[in-house]
Amino acid sequence: MLQYDLVVVGGGPAGMAAALQAHEDGVEKILVLERADTLGGILEQCIHTGFGLHYFGEELSGPEYAARFSDALYKTNIDVKVDTMVLDISAENVVTAVNNFDGILTVQAKAVVLAMGCRERPRGALSIAGSRPSGIMTAGTAQKYVNIDGYMPGKTVVILGSGDIGLIMARRMTLEGAKVKAVCELMPYSGGLTRNIVQCLEDFGIPLRLSCTVIQTHGKERLEGVTVANVDEHSQPIPGTEEYIPCDTLMLSVGLIPENELSKSAGVTLDPVTNGPVVDEYRETSKKGVFACGNVLQVHDLVDYVTEESKLAGAGAAKFIRNEKPAGGLVSTAGANGVRYVVPQRINRQTDRDVKLYFRVGKVMESVMLSVSCGDETLISRKKRKMAPGEMEYVTLKASDLAKLPEGAKLVVSTREA
Amino acid sequence: MKTKDLICVSCPIGCAVTVTLNDNGEVVSVTGNTCKRGDSYARQECTHPERMLTSTVKVSGGRLPVVPVKSAKPVPKELLLSCMKEINKVQVQAPVHIGDVVLSNILNTGVDIVATNNA
Repeated sequence: MLQYDLVVVGGGPAGMAAALQAHEDGVEKILVLERADTLGGILEQCIHTGFGLHYFGEELSGPEYAARFSDALYKTNIDVKVDTMVLDISAENVVTAVNNFDGILTVQAKAVVLAMGCRERPRGALSIAGSRPSGIMTAGTAQKYVNIDGYMPGKTVVILGSGDIGLIMARRMTLEGAKVKAVCELMPYSGGLTRNIVQCLEDFGIPLRLSCTVIQTHGKERLEGVTVANVDEHSQPIPGTEEYIPCDTLMLSVGLIPENELSKSAGVTLDPVTNGPVVDEYRETSKKGVFACGNVLQVHDLVDYVTEESKLAGAGAAKFIRNEKPAGGLVSTAGANGVRYVVPQRINRQTDRDVKLYFRVGKVMESVMLSVSCGDETLISRKKRKMAPGEMEYVTLKASDLAKLPEGAKLVVSTREA
Repeated sequence: MKTKDLICVSCPIGCAVTVTLNDNGEVVSVTGNTCKRGDSYARQECTHPERMLTSTVKVSGGRLPVVPVKSAKPVPKELLLSCMKEINKVQVQAPVHIGDVVLSNILNTGVDIVATNNA
């Protein structure tokens, strides 16, 4: 059995940043295991720009952003195994993986960072009537076809879901000569970033149809068209609003699911709202020495925040390995009044750094007061002009304020009308 | 005088910006932005809109059939589709490195098209 201080599962932006931070903090033996044939994760197919505005102060494409980290990583003595699939993480932090060179390999790790990312919700998760012709795919699959494999998956396209990948693909397909007939969104607001709605749809005159969904697909061998309909406030199709749109491709951008099969088998507790592990301020899960960061923990909008979070996990793993992680009693966090969830879910009171509480709201809110309170005491209060489910928000708690809280205290992030 | 409502795309916040233009189409005022970049974006967007362009070009002899590229600087928005026609004519030979110019001065805009991955 191989022996490592730290095993990082996943070599995307989260895994690379965590490994690099742990290395910087003095962890000696680090192994990164990556399923694909290169490091970089999903960034490799995200060829559009906009990555790195916060972290580097530059507007990079996905592969460029990834290369900043993979170049740095290959200059260190961090071991990397690509084309390697992790099969299991045991209760004792033994990581079992498989690849073509080593066969089955087992690694005893002092600490593990989970950085497996997320995957797209597929057609099977939706109730769309119709058979299974070719031409129906997730937006991310289409993105891989166009940007990595170099071929066009269709000529006339309808996109269901206005998540960022769907919006980005609407523009990409249009630039490559396809006709994108509509982007349909079940909700009355878009799930994507505003700038993507402007630059990917409005720039090209692509209609965004809100409160609208695909209720049926048509075609036997190849998709021939879809029937769309408007929906009521309960997301139910309204009879009489059906419209047939001829198209050869239907792309789905209907949500992302953190990929936590390994976390579950490792015995990590998951948050039912984020579908990711419950973690503390260093992103340590309910299982000692197992950390989680990036989209496996919570689905992010911006890779810059993934990097920031993953550096925390890497720093936390380094502290754990050196037995220097802050202890001293936990406080818990929760969202209320429109705040759907808060990450981290718990915080060590005696932590050695300020803690950012990341959260999302459940609906579009304008002119609200956002507060962090503990019992009757309000720690932070701030006016927010606008918050939307598509954009992750955060508030920063000072370490000195955390230290004053009693053990077992509950911090609540909530909103009220301003 | 007329006003134009825009959503600033300089960063993910997406401020709702209102631009007031005089009868000659010159910008008189910009309101609603929360930083300097919002002001310059709004002025630019009303007079001379530009966009970053990203795509792929064919590559032979590399690990992948295509390599991603971007415009080194934003190009005029109205030229996006014409630039795509030029980019789609390009074929490069591996090896290609991040930052390599694959097409210089596209459509005489003074903007180079550069590779954004190694291939």
